[in-house]
Amino acid sequence: MAEAPVPQPHPRSRLLELRHEIPRQYYIGAGAALIALIVLAWVLLTTLGIVPHIFLPSPMSVWQELIRQIQMRILWQDVSASLYRITVGWLLSTLLAVPIGILMGNFRFFEGLFEPLVDLVRYMPAVAFVPLTILWLGVGDGQKFAILFIGTFFQEVLLIMDNVKNVPLDLIQVSYTFGLSKWEILWHVILRAAMPGIWDTFRITLGWAWTYLVVAELVAANVGLGYRIMRAQRFLETETIILGILVIGVLGLITDYLFKISYKRLFPWVVQSR
Amino acid sequence: MTTPKLQVQNAWKSFPTDKGEQVLAIQDLSLHIQPNEFVSLVGPSGCGKSTLLMMAAGLEMLSQGEIRVDGRLISGPGPDRGVVFQTYTLFPWLTVEDNIRFALKKSGLSRERQDELVQHHIRLVGLGEFSQAHPNQLSGGMRQRVAIARALVYRPQILLMDEPFGALDAQTRMLMQELLLEVWQADRTTVLFITHDVEEAILLSDRIYVMTARPGQIKDEIVVDLPRPRGLLETEGNIRFTELRRQVLSLIHSEAQRAMSL
Repeated sequence: MAEAPVPQPHPRSRLLELRHEIPRQYYIGAGAALIALIVLAWVLLTTLGIVPHIFLPSPMSVWQELIRQIQMRILWQDVSASLYRITVGWLLSTLLAVPIGILMGNFRFFEGLFEPLVDLVRYMPAVAFVPLTILWLGVGDGQKFAILFIGTFFQEVLLIMDNVKNVPLDLIQVSYTFGLSKWEILWHVILRAAMPGIWDTFRITLGWAWTYLVVAELVAANVGLGYRIMRAQRFLETETIILGILVIGVLGLITDYLFKISYKRLFPWVVQSR
Repeated sequence: MTTPKLQVQNAWKSFPTDKGEQVLAIQDLSLHIQPNEFVSLVGPSGCGKSTLLMMAAGLEMLSQGEIRVDGRLISGPGPDRGVVFQTYTLFPWLTVEDNIRFALKKSGLSRERQDELVQHHIRLVGLGEFSQAHPNQLSGGMRQRVAIARALVYRPQILLMDEPFGALDAQTRMLMQELLLEVWQADRTTVLFITHDVEEAILLSDRIYVMTARPGQIKDEIVVDLPRPRGLLETEGNIRFTELRRQVLSLIHSEAQRAMSL
């Protein structure tokens, strides 16, 4: 039997096939090249004096600022203060969002009970709560937790509700045929099945929490990454501002990466689809 | 006459629509399945055959009428009935073995007895080598074999199958039908089998109920008087098989036409 020739796409065009896998070195290389390109542009813009130092400091002076902050232990203080606030604020939000989201996703009663309130508060900008929270809670960490909570919780609870609703009804029905009670199904089936989605929700909401952390620290704080940026603005220390932004970006990237790695470890059974 | 394994008596079912009206899905339907009988339910799409199975499983409430298993009125799902769904209902985080064992959670059997039953049923569906695999490593046909093993492992009085091979390709489907015949011939569990595939129904069943278009009623009942054990190749070209096929097809055909013209 003669073999029919299989039409092969042109090798060069294969990099841009719809949903087509590409060699790993291209995938990683492309991302690294883009960042390298931006850094190069940064170097050129500053060393050639196209942009004045006060608007955009050179990479070198940002680097020097980093060394200075490390030596004076400023960076360590800021990072630990911010990490502490984000951890507690996000945990408070999550500890409430998980049970309430699960109830909302499983029981129409709880959905009806909470959704109007959640939807209303969700559209209120967390930033606008800053003056009120200062009035209520002062300028300590409690106020930072409150802003993080307001910014995160009302989105997170809806995402978790959706994670739970995404569990196929058939899995629940088949469990009933094995004689399980609804609470047993909730625990052994729905939570298990919803866990990967909930884990992803954690990853996404922690990313948002970084934004609200800076918002909270911009106004009333004497330590923290957001405070450092705000203070630098007053003295036009642009290299401190850029350093602060970069540090937050890197910390966010690390947490995101940790969640992605642990996702693969915890849920190897999830069907990967592209 | 012995007590039927499954008896549906004057069942009615209506659903509310979005507009608040009631749509009648099943109208005054009665059927019975005797012990060790393999009965299929065929009918045009949307005739309510899956609804009937869900009611027999106890997962949908009847609007009127009653369903009995071994003479006992059913009030909800229970381990006296095993259900195999058309969709893949394996728990993706459990291995093949643990998926099957999950069905024994409420059985109260000892760990040793559970292991015995699980191993027996894995072999029964020919998946001995895959006992430690996760569902995402299995083909569609293999997943349904696990689902069958899982529905049989707690040894229900009756097996309810809702188009279990509907999502499979033609070849896998053929092999699954043969596997089901083998499994069934081994212990002759009573089966209610829903399908829209007429040949599948004839190959597998002792009796076939043909349903009308919606609202679903029993239009006719056909006894499949083909000798057992049966196989796909044995029935191929068999004159009686062809006659039965024509008979069932023409019943469904007229109902499908009626449904289209409604």
